[in-house]
Amino acid sequence: MGGVAMIEISGLCKNFVLHNQGGAVIPVMRDAALSVAPGECVALVGASGAGKSTLMRMVYGNYLADSGVIRVGGVDVAQAAPREVLALRRATLGYVSQFLRVVPRVPTVDVVAEPLLALGMARDEALARARDLLGRLNIPERLWTLSPTTFSGGEQQRVNIARGFAHAYPALLLDEPTASLDAANREVVLTLIEEAKARGAAILGIFHDEAARDRVCDRVVDVTRFTPGLAA
Amino acid sequence: MTPLLQVKGLTKRYGARIGCQDVSFDLYPGEVMGIVGESGSGKSTLLNCLAGHLEADAGAVVFDTRADGPRDVRAMSEPERRMLARTDWAFVHQNPRDGLRMGVSAGGNVGERLMAVGARHYGNIRGQALDWLDRVEIAGDRIDDRPTAFSGGMQQRLQIARNLVTGPRLVFMDEPTGGLDVSVQARLLDLLRGLVREMGLSAVIVTHDLAVVRLLAHRLMVMKSGHVVEAGLTDQVLDDPQHGYTQLLVSSVLQA
Repeated sequence: MGGVAMIEISGLCKNFVLHNQGGAVIPVMRDAALSVAPGECVALVGASGAGKSTLMRMVYGNYLADSGVIRVGGVDVAQAAPREVLALRRATLGYVSQFLRVVPRVPTVDVVAEPLLALGMARDEALARARDLLGRLNIPERLWTLSPTTFSGGEQQRVNIARGFAHAYPALLLDEPTASLDAANREVVLTLIEEAKARGAAILGIFHDEAARDRVCDRVVDVTRFTPGLAA
Repeated sequence: MTPLLQVKGLTKRYGARIGCQDVSFDLYPGEVMGIVGESGSGKSTLLNCLAGHLEADAGAVVFDTRADGPRDVRAMSEPERRMLARTDWAFVHQNPRDGLRMGVSAGGNVGERLMAVGARHYGNIRGQALDWLDRVEIAGDRIDDRPTAFSGGMQQRLQIARNLVTGPRLVFMDEPTGGLDVSVQARLLDLLRGLVREMGLSAVIVTHDLAVVRLLAHRLMVMKSGHVVEAGLTDQVLDDPQHGYTQLLVSSVLQA
């Protein structure tokens, strides 16, 4: 791939230390390395427990790294101060997780618009963008003013996706974005991913849906080679 | 960017016992810092030392004042400190009765803080009080009612209006959602998040509710026996806790 990588990981290691269980040390990542260029989508693959989610969480700064470099848009997440990671998450690095975590009673349309409001976008404009995405993702309009906490799993997933795609992040982490979606909504999500790639977003994702992976991903990285005790 | 608040080596002892020891952190404009820990861990002592309600034994609390830039609050004169507390700082108590005047109307409670910073025009004061009651979702026709006639959740929202009406830059909160039922808590959380974003407020929030800090605080400090044992991004500390005590705290939460 040409150009400078948007996401670049090298020499990344991590152990979990369980202080209340006899100080057990569980090595989970050894010398992980990968890069994602702008406009590229890279899939993490490997058996359950191999460390796909752990690696994604480390890129987002949700899990700490013991050593190594995680460069996202010029910031080393492994070394950055909390407020640098917060700034990175606000403007540069988006994350669509599998779980929707929101303040109860906040209307769905506000949940989706929040990342835009946090960036200082005018309220009307942010809400218009939120409504557009909710419409595309087939969330019925009568639900937009309700809190998503009572929605079905598939609806919550789509609200989460709308929120994750509201701002045009230059780097995006996707954790099974098409899980629990029907064919029509899966198609919408894949189109959103293709649009993000076309505008130059670097995407790192976990896709158990193989057909989806084949369609949107340019490369696959098998994390098994970073799993301590599993690598050859 | 200059931190709004720089805390250095703050220490408070109660005789031989430690209240809080050697606490240091920076807080930037627009940031919300959560402090968690069990009862007796020193989190309220720390909050009260920061806010000047308790005299610390050592350390510095440097605030970026509007007029003179960063100054150590502990070295200020008493009138200077009181002025700061009225103009730039706010303190939301866990129990609204500690932060409200229960014998004065809702409008009076909000207006009093405006008058303390020099407002004199009755119409303007009442207008601003009405505006703030609306922002904390208290109906305007309750402006002449006393807080004793309000529910616990309304009292807490009134206390927040009274504190924020003067446009402070730093808010200290001691268990602001404690003692409220969960539906009221959610509404208050939403309100606080909106105000933090719209006013660019910085806040230090003490709570023992990990779900509240996850939704409200950008950063988190975990206290045990008067010491900060762990600090970092809120979701990182909660999802990948490094210290044994934090691991215990996180794993002890009952799932609803």
